[in-house]
Amino acid sequence: MSVDLVANVVIAGVLTGLVYGLMALGLSVIFGVVRVVNFAHGEMMTVAMYAATLLFGALKLDPFLAMLPVAAAFFVLGYALQKGLINPFITRPEHSQFMLLVALAIILVNGMLLVFGPDARNVQVDYQLESFELGRILVDKARLYAAGAALVTAAGLFFFFRKTLTGKAIRACADNHLGAKVVGLDVKHLYALTFGLGSVCLAVAGCAMVVLVDVTPGLGPYYTLLAFVIVIVGGLGSMGGALVGGVLIGASEALAGLFIVPSAKSMFSFGLLILVLLFRPQGLLGKKQ
Amino acid sequence: MDRRQFNIAAGAGALAALSPFGIVRAQAQKLKVGVILPRSGYLSFIGQSCQKGADLAPGVIKEMLGVDIELMNADFETSVDTARTRAERLIQEGAHVLVGPFDSGAASAIAQVAEQRGVPFIINIAAAPQITEQGYKFVFRNFQTAGDIVRNGLDLIGELFQATNTVPRTAVYMHVNDTFGQAMTKGIQALMPTRTQLPFKIVDTISYDPAAKDLTVEVSRAKAANADFVLYVCRLNDAILLRREMVKQRWNPMGIISPGSPGMYEEQYFKTLGKLSDYSISNVPWYNPNAKLTRVVEKAFLKQNPNDKLVFHGLNAGFTFEAIYIAADAFKRARSTDPKVLAEAIRQTNITDKMTLGAPIKFNAKGQVEGIGSACVQNRDGLPTVVLPKNAATAQPVFPAPYYKR
Repeated sequence: MSVDLVANVVIAGVLTGLVYGLMALGLSVIFGVVRVVNFAHGEMMTVAMYAATLLFGALKLDPFLAMLPVAAAFFVLGYALQKGLINPFITRPEHSQFMLLVALAIILVNGMLLVFGPDARNVQVDYQLESFELGRILVDKARLYAAGAALVTAAGLFFFFRKTLTGKAIRACADNHLGAKVVGLDVKHLYALTFGLGSVCLAVAGCAMVVLVDVTPGLGPYYTLLAFVIVIVGGLGSMGGALVGGVLIGASEALAGLFIVPSAKSMFSFGLLILVLLFRPQGLLGKKQ
Repeated sequence: MDRRQFNIAAGAGALAALSPFGIVRAQAQKLKVGVILPRSGYLSFIGQSCQKGADLAPGVIKEMLGVDIELMNADFETSVDTARTRAERLIQEGAHVLVGPFDSGAASAIAQVAEQRGVPFIINIAAAPQITEQGYKFVFRNFQTAGDIVRNGLDLIGELFQATNTVPRTAVYMHVNDTFGQAMTKGIQALMPTRTQLPFKIVDTISYDPAAKDLTVEVSRAKAANADFVLYVCRLNDAILLRREMVKQRWNPMGIISPGSPGMYEEQYFKTLGKLSDYSISNVPWYNPNAKLTRVVEKAFLKQNPNDKLVFHGLNAGFTFEAIYIAADAFKRARSTDPKVLAEAIRQTNITDKMTLGAPIKFNAKGQVEGIGSACVQNRDGLPTVVLPKNAATAQPVFPAPYYKR
């Protein structure tokens, strides 16, 4: 097996993994601050993918440009969802939160089936079938752009949480909920803001993903499961862990497909998950509770 | 005896006289046909294509056979478990016969239900051989088995190479890893050694999930095999993914040849890929465009789907229509909806005026129709075009494809 072949496959796996990582980053951010696991995560991303196809169909808007309006809409949607629906459940038992978000996921899947039907939809942009040639290595243009968008968004989010006052306030809420309340932070508003930001990650990942795969309503549960695998491998609540987990899953699936059996490549993500759960339950970059 | 007593006695006498012939009962009844297809999920495009054949069947059959058909449509969502429960439900709701389901895994599940409940099941499309090898009494199939498909498909590949004067030496075999894909693989493994006229050997075999969303790794590996052409057993969505990925990875082999699978002749393949869909080859059971029944079906098809072309749905709609036609023909002869009587009538079927290529529709002891023909269908200028066998061809085959780079 040639080095070029392995390099091609690893690069493709890493690039796709970065988009997966951004998707999982949304889940990790929401859990890290609000302490609610978003079981409708993949379904929300599928909605973002449909939004990108609609904008492309109606306005011929490139999905990478559509990221801006879709992300803005998702921020508002996420904020409203947390403020109106999830905030009342924050203090309730975990199974209530679980049922609420699973119900939301089912409503979203069936809503998409009603509105868009079961057929796969896609966008067809000029560069979708093109690739950059670096010596004997071919890099898929669309995949590279998607990974770039994921990295820029993740960097923006890191900057926001590290350098801005609001970001620091959100981190304070995550670190000490009671302390944040005592110093007068509007915790519920900050929670809603966090859910909005997590939804922005989804929106960007969805718009990036739609140039790589066709969208159907049934994709949602697959992406929810994938996001869970990634954040558990990377460390639930760790922002860097989500990206690392995404890259690891992307690359390991690619290598497993190359060296073993392509049809069993998903098995290796779950194998990796079991290994992490056994030997580092907090995830690769997660902190011990 | 007064007038009222006389009328009752006369009515009872008339009923008693007619009942042995079953005329009153049979002619008053409709045949309820439960149609189970994957109208959603990753086989949705093909399921919907099959449904077009079912939808036109009641009208055409009423006109041709004078039989009333009531369709009971069910979507099994490309899930074997759902197929089983839909079959159960259709039987509970009074279906006299089941038709479907395009997929071998689902067909196996429905066959078990049909056999347990004693309701005839006519398979429109599904190729796994084991379905008609179980000794079932209520299961019938008017479609080639995987073995027949591969045998005809490989023979047509040999004819293609002869007709185009080409001698490819190597192939990379890619296939979906589901019941159908595995049945086809077994067929290829068994038949390749016996087809000594074929000049190529398989240098790598790559299987993948039929619901795959990305074939980057698979195509990278196939490209690395450096084979002359791709021998391909696919579905629809994955066929589109493969062709796109080949372009992205700048891999231009002599061509893509399916020894007998769906996907590359489907309308969605052409719509999604445009020019890239051209020159892909599928050796598949096909319909006879010159058959009398085809013309009748085509007229009804265009009436129901004015913006469509039968050529994109000929296989799916054709075999689905024929399955319902077989049921209606048996019902007409049996004059009964009794499952055992209906099953026996189906077993006695002998339909010579058919839509699809090959021998008349006659079931053997296993419930399998033998002698169904295949055609080499090449995508040309956005249309599936028969290029072999010569007597059914409407164009000359082109191989290697013009995009081929050594």
